[in-house]
Amino acid sequence: MSEGPIIRLEGVDAGYPGALILENVSFSVARGEIFILLGGSGCGKSTIMKHMIGLNPVLSGKLEVAGLEWSERTRAELCRRIGVMYQSGALFGSMTCLENVLLPLEEFSPMKRAERVERARALLADVELEDAADKMPAEISGGMRKRVAIARAMALDPEVVFLDEPSAGLDPITSSALDDLVLRLRREKGTTFVVVTHELPSIFKIADRCAMFDKARRGMIALGTPAALRDGSDDEFVRRFFNRGEIHG
Amino acid sequence: MTLVASIGRGWLDGVAAARESLAVLGETVSEAAGMVLHPRRFRLGDCALAFQRAAFDGLPVSTGVGFLLGLVLAFQSAAALKTFGVESYVADLLAIGLFRELGPLVTAIILAGRSGSAFAAEIGTMKVDEELDALTTMGLPPVRFLVMPRTVAAIAAMPVLTIFVELAGLVGGSIVMRMMGVPTSVYWSKVAATSTVFMISFGLAKSALFGLLVGLVGCCAGMRTKSTADGVGVAATSAVVGGIVAIAVVDGLVAVICYFWGV
Repeated sequence: MSEGPIIRLEGVDAGYPGALILENVSFSVARGEIFILLGGSGCGKSTIMKHMIGLNPVLSGKLEVAGLEWSERTRAELCRRIGVMYQSGALFGSMTCLENVLLPLEEFSPMKRAERVERARALLADVELEDAADKMPAEISGGMRKRVAIARAMALDPEVVFLDEPSAGLDPITSSALDDLVLRLRREKGTTFVVVTHELPSIFKIADRCAMFDKARRGMIALGTPAALRDGSDDEFVRRFFNRGEIHG
Repeated sequence: MTLVASIGRGWLDGVAAARESLAVLGETVSEAAGMVLHPRRFRLGDCALAFQRAAFDGLPVSTGVGFLLGLVLAFQSAAALKTFGVESYVADLLAIGLFRELGPLVTAIILAGRSGSAFAAEIGTMKVDEELDALTTMGLPPVRFLVMPRTVAAIAAMPVLTIFVELAGLVGGSIVMRMMGVPTSVYWSKVAATSTVFMISFGLAKSALFGLLVGLVGCCAGMRTKSTADGVGVAATSAVVGGIVAIAVVDGLVAVICYFWGV
């Protein structure tokens, strides 16, 4: 495993063909780091994440994940090196929780069937959901679905896991429990997490560093630790964003 | 100007939809070729479930429609043929009409309405719920997971349903003919004499082709679903409309080809 950053963006223009959303974005994510993409609604943080996970190609610039750029040639390898938890969980409704976690193992793992099932059960135990193994996604709560989705994202021991709005739609207690889970998985497995969120309590609890985006300026406006951004940023928008959080927090 | 703009926008949307459908079709062909080399990649369980829903769950409505179709056809044609005193030819007309044309066509329209829309709604809902993105980022092509099993199920279900529709139609016709004084044994012997193995096989092969169209159009509509409030509904509607149009166009082409080949 190389020692360089797990993710590197250099002069990336983000968006869709005919719709530029963010210009000239550059940052890197170190291995084992919990890195937050934050900003107001519609600022492009999810768009940047979609570039990082290979769903959409960047408009221009260079984006590397684990030293590789997304292309048809590298897609298969990169897909095995990342895991993604979507905002809704995106569990397959026709499969049980266990089958959802088993799916990537069945497709890519050389393990025997019994070993794969054992591994999937262990992953569910990691997220404290071993009792939900045989339940359908519709039978469990939103927070549980997100934990199953994290277990599925971790199935192939990825180097980096992307979480899209993990706190969205969750009560503060469940959201905090999810943050604890992320911290524990990073501590136990050394996994890198890239998290899209604008939940300030969550950011202050788990983030090593944040990149903040602004819709009006179509770019990244701040990069640093949450405390540094809150206390030392020269940018008024950044200070307002974090101070509002302090007042309500 | 607004009219011109809306026509232009409609045209561009149509071109974009056609391009996306062609991309899905190309990917499906590529995946199908890959599965010949790696048959274990095929999701047999998903295919069996889709087949059960398309074929077995659709059996009552298909058989019912086939029976009524036979009744109506027999009544209408008997009334016309009676003028010439040849109402016994209703059996020939029903056998040829059902086996060659109406059986596959009506079954395909039913399948487009039931299963094509269901395919589009299932895949469309999965797209809105980001499940297609989840498959993609897991390195699992949505076409292999979702389109292939449903399309193969539709291809397999069509001949099964068509046979039931055709038999139910012939039974319907036999009831009408008996009411008109034609003995049942005479009716069935005329049906047997008219029907050839080629005719029946031709109809079943055509029905499998229609199944391919229903599966592909339904799945393509689902894959193109937009994340709007009416996105899934629009996808289901376009699956049914697109499926029926595709069936009609291909049926016409097959008829022309058969005419020139003398089949």
